[in-house]
Amino acid sequence: MSMRWIILLTLLLCSVLAHADQTAVPDTLQQRIAACTTCHGVHGEGSPGSGFFPRLAGKPAGYLALQMQNFQRGLRKYAPMEYTVRLLTPEYMHEIAAYFAAQQVPYERKPVPALAPSMLQRGQQLVTAGDPGRQIPPCQACHGKQLTGTEPSVPGLVGLPYDYISSQLGSWRTGTRASAAPDCMAQIANRLAPADITAVSAWLASQETPADTHPQPAGSITPPLRCGVLQPQGEGA
Amino acid sequence: MTRLRWLWIPIVLLVIVLAGGWWLSQRHRQQSAAPEDLAIANMLKDPGVIAKGRYLATAGDCASCHTTRDGHAYAGGRMLPTPFGNIPAPNITPDAETGIGNWSFNDFWRALHDGIGRQGEPLYPAFSYTSFTKVTRNDAIAIFAYLRSLPPVHQPDATLGLRFPYNLRSTLTAWRAMYFKAGMYQPNATQSALWNRGAYLVQGLGHCNECHAMRDQWGGSESHAALSGGLIPEQGWYAPDLSTQANGGLQGWSRQDIVDVLKTGQSSKSAAVGPMADVVASSTQYLRDEDLQAIADYLLSLPPRATPAPMRASFDSQSLMDRGNAVYVERCANCHGKDGAGVPGIYPALDGNATVVDPIGINATRVVLLGGFSAVTKGNPRPYSMPPYAQQLSDADVAAVVTYIRHAWSNHAAAVQERDVATYRHTPID
Repeated sequence: MSMRWIILLTLLLCSVLAHADQTAVPDTLQQRIAACTTCHGVHGEGSPGSGFFPRLAGKPAGYLALQMQNFQRGLRKYAPMEYTVRLLTPEYMHEIAAYFAAQQVPYERKPVPALAPSMLQRGQQLVTAGDPGRQIPPCQACHGKQLTGTEPSVPGLVGLPYDYISSQLGSWRTGTRASAAPDCMAQIANRLAPADITAVSAWLASQETPADTHPQPAGSITPPLRCGVLQPQGEGA
Repeated sequence: MTRLRWLWIPIVLLVIVLAGGWWLSQRHRQQSAAPEDLAIANMLKDPGVIAKGRYLATAGDCASCHTTRDGHAYAGGRMLPTPFGNIPAPNITPDAETGIGNWSFNDFWRALHDGIGRQGEPLYPAFSYTSFTKVTRNDAIAIFAYLRSLPPVHQPDATLGLRFPYNLRSTLTAWRAMYFKAGMYQPNATQSALWNRGAYLVQGLGHCNECHAMRDQWGGSESHAALSGGLIPEQGWYAPDLSTQANGGLQGWSRQDIVDVLKTGQSSKSAAVGPMADVVASSTQYLRDEDLQAIADYLLSLPPRATPAPMRASFDSQSLMDRGNAVYVERCANCHGKDGAGVPGIYPALDGNATVVDPIGINATRVVLLGGFSAVTKGNPRPYSMPPYAQQLSDADVAAVVTYIRHAWSNHAAAVQERDVATYRHTPID
């Protein structure tokens, strides 16, 4: 065996060892997105113990990607999210959205404020029947009979914390959350009375989650209002 | 009577100035009505020139100021925050009414090279003509050709948000006398062509000095050494000194480190963070390798810096260091390593990292609070990321851990105070 072979084999060994050292950090998406999972949980289950950071697990991938894009564009305003996603490419955002959409983890009950039964009744009425007098359609019309969302871009409402739901409805009224025009959720949020926001958020947050939490299939709903996100060009990011 | 006679002098002067201004604007209007020079008109239509202009506009990162977050490229509207108020970037698409559709190349050249607008008005130096004046005429023609090739977008410019007296354009006359000297880049005959190309890109189109040098109270950077680092006003990030030599902000960086960070957002020494990550993502990652080499060649030649004054012994730095060490072991060591060596290509080393040891500690504090992703580039399309600790660590813990990483290993930077962390908690988003 010549010297040349020994050198060659040594170099090969070195490169294998160097490689082995680098793979000590798992080459997984989960490892790469520590910036997301710190608040939203490793499987997108939402922040344990805190009532604010929303669950991402199992939401439609198109919806999640669109939300990241809306934070980039400034349609949704929440500085830490805007900063975190500002440089992500559409490809990377889709990959991250697909990761969270594919997670199936148990739902955790979040704290709900104690409300008078009449308030909870009002909440239930808004979710299941709406309020025709104020032109408010029921949540179920778009978010699904089981409120588990609809593919590809309507999010589920089950298992979300009270604080998160009420702050989102508030954001739509103040223009710090928006969606593609015509922005039907902004219209609905503005038709709600302030007490309705409390009622609907509390009722939603206090519901048991159904056995099957998958979103309804695409095309299974007829939106009662014109919605930019539900039109073909508005889907996904 | 004598007193009244004195009053005539300013009035007469004012009349002369107004008449002169009117005459100049008329003269200028006649100039712009003149047809485009035939040779230039032909160049503006040449696809090769347009392609070159597209590359140069990317190198100059024009779109990053002249585009809002949700807007059409180059249609303007983004507000540039300055200590004097907000200045909106104008629409530079070829829309006749609201953009540069009716501009001749001469108008464009006067703006880029002289900092003078189409109506003869001095431009606010938020538009970095202090750097762009070094751009050659041929490169300016290419950029103009590219901008003229864009789809026109009808979007009127936003209103100026400057406070009195900065909203008076006449104040710019004094500013220009103090800080601006028009003049194309003059090659240095004692240096190589590569070095000269690098100097041209860094000093001119790249307008690196606009952030990487300290500005004085009037927003000028004349009195400080070029590229010696500075706090970016309003944004709250520190743009480091770019010297790679003794006491430089990039001390010990190799040619490859400079090329790597500009191309991929990461080098063996550090990762681009904050506004520089944006610059890498939208501009430098697209530069040709020979241009990146040229930039590195020039930056490597920046002179050594003066030895910094010895640090004052900190109040109670030992207890702060102990607390910081504990936070580091719990939160940071897993990725960045107990020895601060990081993992090459994945997690930046903190030992010797320019972001960690900037003169005031603002960058490290911001990164601990905000976390986030490195620049997403073709060379690093799925970067790893860092958790934001703003929600999890108190101001005191952030101050402790930042102080720790600025003192540990071979680092010797000053401590960071709890009250500083409180001021940096605000997340900078435009």
